[in-house]
Amino acid sequence: MKKALQIDGKDNVATATSDVGEGEVVEVLSPHGVVIERPEASEPIPFGHKIALVDLGMGEEVIKYGEVIGVASQEIAAGVWVHTHNVESATVPTSAHREGDP
Amino acid sequence: MTEFYGYERPDGSVGVRNHLLVLTPVDCSFEPAKKIAARVEGAVAVSQFYGCRHDEMLTNALIGTGRNPNVAGVLLVGLGCESITSEFLAEGIRPTKKPVETLIIQEEGGTVKTVEKGVRILRRMAEGAAELEREPFPLSELTLAVECGGSDATSGLAANPAVGVAADMLIDEGGAVMFGETQEMTGTQHILARRAVDDDVAGAIREMVGRQEERMRAMGIDSRYMSKGNVDGGLTTIEEKSLGAIRKGGTRPIQGVLRNSREGLDAPRGPGLWLQDGPGWDVPSVTHMVAAGAQVVVFTSGRGSTTGHAIAPVLKVTGNPMTYERLADNMDINAGTILDGGESLRSVGERIFGAIVEVASGRMTKAEALGFRDFVVFRTDRVAERLLGFC
Repeated sequence: MKKALQIDGKDNVATATSDVGEGEVVEVLSPHGVVIERPEASEPIPFGHKIALVDLGMGEEVIKYGEVIGVASQEIAAGVWVHTHNVESATVPTSAHREGDP
Repeated sequence: MTEFYGYERPDGSVGVRNHLLVLTPVDCSFEPAKKIAARVEGAVAVSQFYGCRHDEMLTNALIGTGRNPNVAGVLLVGLGCESITSEFLAEGIRPTKKPVETLIIQEEGGTVKTVEKGVRILRRMAEGAAELEREPFPLSELTLAVECGGSDATSGLAANPAVGVAADMLIDEGGAVMFGETQEMTGTQHILARRAVDDDVAGAIREMVGRQEERMRAMGIDSRYMSKGNVDGGLTTIEEKSLGAIRKGGTRPIQGVLRNSREGLDAPRGPGLWLQDGPGWDVPSVTHMVAAGAQVVVFTSGRGSTTGHAIAPVLKVTGNPMTYERLADNMDINAGTILDGGESLRSVGERIFGAIVEVASGRMTKAEALGFRDFVVFRTDRVAERLLGFC
């Protein structure tokens, strides 16, 4: 089964350790190696990209490494691919990255 | 309580290696220095390549390397007409009470005589160093430097978090940990400042990272932007990218910022996690952290790296199982077992912690087995620093 890692116990996203296809069930491993959840990927999630572990409302904090890495710029349901299209940085507008290299 | 086996120095500090250092204040005398070191087992010659005009960043780094407890004795080899004198460096190292001697080529009458005399001095030092035996010490005597280079998507996912677990374990046993590369902290100064032990340290962190952002802006670079490759690889925000790098230092409170200034090169003033305001790439960063007192280095690399150090063991960790296989000559630890669920993050972290203790007790790293002696001193551009109002 495909795996995703929760790096810190406080994280509400996990990182895929291989390419995940739409509809595939992903085993989410805690830092101690325990399977904590088995969400279904609602869209393809490439290796190194993130899957939402919980439903996030617009403006809610996205947490990885136990820290805020950005806020949801739209509603994100559990199982959704989490990236620049639905998360905004607090430091540099994420939209700046969508236009390619500055 | 975990112990490691090290060499006690006259000032009470503890080395994990027993090297003799042939230190030259300027590259003009480096060739003869290398000849001297080559003839004595355990001796290493190092220099800097910025000329001999006095600059405290350079002299602090050279003195700090000589003071490092991994060094049993120091022979300074100067040319004779340099502004950074051998005697000045010797004075900086002498408070450690280890043997320190100087040789000046222009006074000795050429390189043949200098090399001959240098080998005699160094052999005598080697005999003294050989009498020392490893004894058990608590981990509170250990300072670890953590570094990353040649990163890929597995770095922030496996290797850095696993090294972070080991860093936390070392700190919990009373040890000190440091990491540098100020430019990798951009976008996370607010997070790092929140982890500071007090407001002064929080202010120092914000100032350190803010200045680095200003330096990069002066070069026309907005350091807070990520490359397309970063975004394609799954990094969503600059916070996420920087957090992936700084996670190698673990999660404990930040005790202070270590600077390299007129007042000297700061060493950790106690146990816990410390940030070094240091150069932004691998080998100089490792060089300056060892100069600040680190006896052991852990280096993570997704794509693979060959880095070692002149006087400190560098233990290399990769989160990429393919890199571990392809660069088996260079990479010591495979943290990629986390990726397929074969091993937990916690368990790999414990494995790295165990390896740090073994290496501190004498086990060779792969870079040491290959004889790699990386050493690059760095200094900031004084003109730019003055124009930016930083000095």
